[in-house]
Amino acid sequence: MDSAALVHRLHFAFTITFHYLFPQLTMGLAPLIVVLKTLALRRNDETYTQAARFWARIFGINFVIGVVTGIPMEFQFGTNWSHFSRFAGGVIGQTLAMEGMFAFFLESAFLGLFLYGEKRLSPRAHWWSAVAVFLGSWLSGFFIVATDAWMQNPVGYSKAADGSVQLSSFWELVLNPWAWWQYAHNMSGAVITGAFVMASVGAFYLLWGKFEEHARIFVRVGVIAGLIFTILQVFPTGDSQGRMIAHKQPVTLAAMEALFDNTPGAPLVLIGQPDVAQRKIDNPLVLPKMLSFLTYRRWEAEVKGLNNFPPDAWPDNIPLLYFAYHIMVGLGTIFIAVMVVAALLLWRGVLFRSRWMLWILLLSLPFPYIANTAGWMTAEIGRQPWLVYGLMRTSEGYSKLVSAGNGLFTLLGFMGMYTVLAILFLFLVGREIENGPVAQPAAAH
Amino acid sequence: MPTVWFIIVSVMIAAYVVLDGFDLGAGIIYLFAGRTTDDRRTILRSIGPVWDGNEVWLLAAGGTLYFAYPQLYASAFSGFYLPLMMVLWLLMLRGIGIELRSHMENPVWQGFFDVVFCCSSGLLAIFFGAALGNVIRGVPLGSDGYFFEPLWTNFRLGPYPGILDWYTVMAGVVALVTLTAHGALYLTLKTDGELGIRARGVAMTVWPVQVALTLLSLVATWFVRPSIKENYLAYPIGFLIPLVVFASLVMLRVATGKGKELQAFLASCVYITGMLVGAVFALYPVVLPASTDPAYNLTIYNASAAHHGLIVGLVWWTIGMILCVGYFVFVYRMFRGKVQLEGGGY
Repeated sequence: MDSAALVHRLHFAFTITFHYLFPQLTMGLAPLIVVLKTLALRRNDETYTQAARFWARIFGINFVIGVVTGIPMEFQFGTNWSHFSRFAGGVIGQTLAMEGMFAFFLESAFLGLFLYGEKRLSPRAHWWSAVAVFLGSWLSGFFIVATDAWMQNPVGYSKAADGSVQLSSFWELVLNPWAWWQYAHNMSGAVITGAFVMASVGAFYLLWGKFEEHARIFVRVGVIAGLIFTILQVFPTGDSQGRMIAHKQPVTLAAMEALFDNTPGAPLVLIGQPDVAQRKIDNPLVLPKMLSFLTYRRWEAEVKGLNNFPPDAWPDNIPLLYFAYHIMVGLGTIFIAVMVVAALLLWRGVLFRSRWMLWILLLSLPFPYIANTAGWMTAEIGRQPWLVYGLMRTSEGYSKLVSAGNGLFTLLGFMGMYTVLAILFLFLVGREIENGPVAQPAAAH
Repeated sequence: MPTVWFIIVSVMIAAYVVLDGFDLGAGIIYLFAGRTTDDRRTILRSIGPVWDGNEVWLLAAGGTLYFAYPQLYASAFSGFYLPLMMVLWLLMLRGIGIELRSHMENPVWQGFFDVVFCCSSGLLAIFFGAALGNVIRGVPLGSDGYFFEPLWTNFRLGPYPGILDWYTVMAGVVALVTLTAHGALYLTLKTDGELGIRARGVAMTVWPVQVALTLLSLVATWFVRPSIKENYLAYPIGFLIPLVVFASLVMLRVATGKGKELQAFLASCVYITGMLVGAVFALYPVVLPASTDPAYNLTIYNASAAHHGLIVGLVWWTIGMILCVGYFVFVYRMFRGKVQLEGGGY
């Protein structure tokens, strides 16, 4: 890999990883805010209205950072990955342009009304503006996932004379089975982030002994949503996603598990360090036959190992892929445990007094972000060495005329800019949390 | 079909410049027109509910360009790599400048974001003008349809120019002045009191400069790309465009003088649209001219996506556009009238 290719990969990886910290909370909080606003309308209770307003303020800050870090993503297809854009634009231009036409316009038009129009609108109209923002953000998620799904599992295209690919079936593109499972898995992951953040802030207030009435709402909504979506995250969405990978990208599955030999009754590795040079796993801790069962629903089924495939078809960073996948799955399992216990305590009516559990909820805040990031790393590193699976290699897709030096210049620029954004975000959100849900919103502009 | 999409993309870009143009312009004169804290809050409130939606036109136009002309998107975006990245940074700074400023009542905090907002708005106007200048002048396309332009070479024209030469710098200044006037007219329309009077003063002061620069840019463009006259000579109806441009300039001045705020602002919209249509009319069917060899020009034929995709796109684009116009009409109606500081919201 020459250095320009590496710089362009890092450029995209860095900007997309940082960007996705924000939309996952946007997409995760949006439905929860709709829930809060619905409860406020139904019960005609000021506490719920204040709760919704509090989360809308955090949503607003989060949204701004999400928008400004999202703009570069669309540009980078052209700036850093121009050969890929020329090759695939005839297909994925569809989904990316539709995102702008259907999601961004909807979102941006109603966000202003939602954040600042509460006094101009009736409660019901304001509720609708929250629903519109929710729909916009979830549509946006779909078009992006559909774009990635096409890169994972290209469908609905034909090859043109100039070597590019062009759309042959719109419905195959939007109904790509990969897209729908990936979307379900991804959106469920976003709601998990939203639920954990909401529960965590609620736990913080309860431990602090302030704003307890609001805090109980946050914890209750967070834990109930968390319980539902941590389970959906594993079954059916995660399970189906995994089996799709086994079916369409068998080499990726083998690399995710660092499975080198063809193995009947393959075990599921819980912990261990892959040693690619020696083609084995060090210090493995395994569940026997589990991988075969999960993948093929038969305990004795044979799972194909990496040795079956030529090394130039292997993902180019197997240890990173392996760890990303195991971190995602491990955290996902722990999330279920946390939410099941919290939900039991809630059901028994003792959660708000169980300080140990509140501490766990409080401290769990960063982990859904890590799990979501690790999940996307699994998807994207797992697709390597392909940029479009089976059609275009990553090494063929970047902008050949943009040198490593120019790429590094802008990568460093983004790093500096994003450091500032991160500091501003944490500072402002920290202030909002400190001020609490009862505080009057700062005069908007 | 490529022609249809040529028109659609041009319309979307024009919509972007007209719409985001007024909030960029409001940013350019922000420090000057907004003397007091209340003035500044009023300016921000006048663009607050709409600036993000306006900026989405840039994203939507970009997405549509990608979809309809993948080859153009790939070539232009990678070729203009450095200035585009700077545009992105400016867009980010501007976005946080507008949105984060109000989160703290501290004068140091607000003063910082005031300057960020004003400077990024001005620089963006210059960058966008220079970008248009580059497209009209032509870029050093190779036989493979790609190029990479340095930021500047010797500021002269030639087969291997930089992003900035005297012509594109001039285009940047034209854009800066045009959007200054546009933003000033928007503020005249949306605010009253001292602020409105000051904004109107800006528009009046800038007007002679605007006229002079419009003439200069026409002459300069004629000189830089003599081939622009071909389409006009082939379709003489095109000569209506410069007539409309100058008529709208006159209209703009007259209406501002008489205090007809809406008319003046609309005249500015027509002026901007006319300038863009004039450029696009001259370029067609070329979308990115080559300064190296006209044989390397990117045209709507060799840069577009395949027929089937373009047909499919027409269906969803139409649906999307109807929805979008609906949202915009709704939001602009919600926030119609002069901005008042009292009362909640923006």
